[in-house]
Amino acid sequence: MNRNAKILWAIWILLALLGGIGLIERLVLGHRLAAYSSYVPWGMWVSAYIFFIGLSAGAFLLSSLVYVFGVHKLERIAKLALFVAATTLIMSLVTIWFDLGHMWRAYEVITRPQFHSMMAWMIWLYSAYFALLLGELYYALRRDVQKLSPADVQEDDRKLKRLATIGIPLAIAFHGGVGALFGTVSARPFWHSPIYPIMFLVGALLSGGALVTFIVSQFWQERDAAWLDLLQFLSKIVLAFLLFDLLLEWAEFSIPLWYGVGPEASLVKFVLFGPFWYVYWVIHILLGVVIPVYLLVKKSDAKSIGLASALVAVTFFAIRLNLVIPGLVTPELKGLEHAYVDPIGNHLSYHYLPSFFEWQILMGVVALGIAIFHLGRRYLPLVPNSASHEVSK
Amino acid sequence: MDESTQEITTATRRDFIEKLGSTVFAGLVLGGVKLAAKGTEAASSGAVPMPASPFKIADHADQDVLIRMQAELERAMKKAPKERRWGMVIDTRKCIGCHSCTVGCVMENKLPPGVVYRPVIDEERGEYPNVARTFTPRPCMHCEDPGCTPVCPVQATYKRADGIVVVDYEVCIGCRYCLTACPYQARTFDFGEHWTENAAKGADGAFALASGRAYQNPPNFEYGKHYERRGDESPIGNARKCTFCTHRLDEGMLPMCVSTCVGRATFFGDLNDPKSLVSELAGAANASVLKPEAGTHPKVFYLS
Repeated sequence: MNRNAKILWAIWILLALLGGIGLIERLVLGHRLAAYSSYVPWGMWVSAYIFFIGLSAGAFLLSSLVYVFGVHKLERIAKLALFVAATTLIMSLVTIWFDLGHMWRAYEVITRPQFHSMMAWMIWLYSAYFALLLGELYYALRRDVQKLSPADVQEDDRKLKRLATIGIPLAIAFHGGVGALFGTVSARPFWHSPIYPIMFLVGALLSGGALVTFIVSQFWQERDAAWLDLLQFLSKIVLAFLLFDLLLEWAEFSIPLWYGVGPEASLVKFVLFGPFWYVYWVIHILLGVVIPVYLLVKKSDAKSIGLASALVAVTFFAIRLNLVIPGLVTPELKGLEHAYVDPIGNHLSYHYLPSFFEWQILMGVVALGIAIFHLGRRYLPLVPNSASHEVSK
Repeated sequence: MDESTQEITTATRRDFIEKLGSTVFAGLVLGGVKLAAKGTEAASSGAVPMPASPFKIADHADQDVLIRMQAELERAMKKAPKERRWGMVIDTRKCIGCHSCTVGCVMENKLPPGVVYRPVIDEERGEYPNVARTFTPRPCMHCEDPGCTPVCPVQATYKRADGIVVVDYEVCIGCRYCLTACPYQARTFDFGEHWTENAAKGADGAFALASGRAYQNPPNFEYGKHYERRGDESPIGNARKCTFCTHRLDEGMLPMCVSTCVGRATFFGDLNDPKSLVSELAGAANASVLKPEAGTHPKVFYLS
């Protein structure tokens, strides 16, 4: 094992250990160590959930470019993108599961749903999406594991195309639904915007595309000219969605901010100039936009593309935090912040900063994701080598 | 139900509470053994009816708003639930900001730290010396078109036939979507805290802790059931909210915040009864609702 691998292992063990402790605390103490409150009821876990599920939808849609639209250039990454979609979906579901007050009642969303609720829709849609994803993975991978006749492979390809075709509207519906989950809440002026479902889809394609690009840049076996060509093609997709997402963000922020009056204006000001200004300006704009755009436009070597796409994928979490939390930080009735306090757990507060316990759970989920990905990379034929079969048209 | 049986039921309930009270007291002395179980027995075995009290509320309807509302409540409870429409009127001119309603509610529902159904917003306006101070008690508005119920993914929260918005603790998964969807932030999440945490140190610590637990551990009566807050059992991990004291209404009693209001500033009754006090007050020209622009049509009105 070389030095880098040792460091990575050490980091993973640390993440898993802290996550494991967090898991025990979560099971024993419930939500008591969490910093979210009754007034800021959703915090970092919900932000992480929509971040991970966006990665999943984005990676999935990227794989569909191959299976449905036959984009040749991306053929070799289709299976990898599918597996990334499955991994990040599991990460998101675990995160939101820990966020529930009664984890063991989660099955009720299937047994007694209320279809007025955007949340019920979202859960039903991503349950269907999860099943479909597993089906696609099965048909995409089994040809490399079993000995199949060419006719069987062709039959599998037909099934793949059919599943992926159903998958596109499904992925659009469920991730648009995640956006609508927030957008439909009229009580929250910051969220109540028709642009949300669209923004969530663009954000998913951006973050999921960037994650897959980063993975291709790091974990590819043959680093030849075809690989660099593939990376450069992917980097153009990332750049396009990055700029489009920025345009949507301009629409989202400039409209309520223009005259500087009204409840939304003060919330946008909170994002831009509030106590967490650096999350927007440093993490999102500098690390997530300026540096990646520079790297993607000015340089086009594999290393720069890898770094730029890693930055885009990771800092997208800042965008998600800046969507969930600012919607909740102002009292719906002025003065409510002083009306009654919680002297024991401070759970009637409008000031939210994730507690270490919340970070621990997030670390555990990241460790889980890395583990699934690592196992998949090791035991499943995700990345083609020279001998492997390529997806036929 | 005729008047005399109504009184008997009320008396039985009173009897039950007295019994529970004395059991709690006995429990204090005996070291807190099986308090709740005894209380439950008294309730379910149907204690011997007490003779009707000679005091008839109906005879005193003109004396005090509380007595009038009590009589109106009894009248409303004789109707079918879907014919009642419970509402509340809060006279902010009479409110002195004593927080008796908040405290009464906390006691009645045994609310843990961090859970509150009826805080009083205490607001100072203007700049010294031109200042004014207003008090706004904020119960659940029990909206006609609530924003909180349609978002629930599992139908755990809904508006009852009599217009009261309730949470089914046995069903609620604790996703807190409803907390985000209420324009009045009238819902809080039970994080599983206890008043006795980090409390009662020093020489009398053990005794104080025992007394604290003797208050804290017996069940509350929300929704006419018995909820003991233990481990991670409901209502811990649930969204919680004002119920207009449905468990008290069922026993012919006014909501606790109405009973404890020292200034007679909170009124409660059936908005479908044109002769009721709340109907009169809610129809007055100076009656308004909080955030009418939210479009939820609250059934709590404010006089100013």
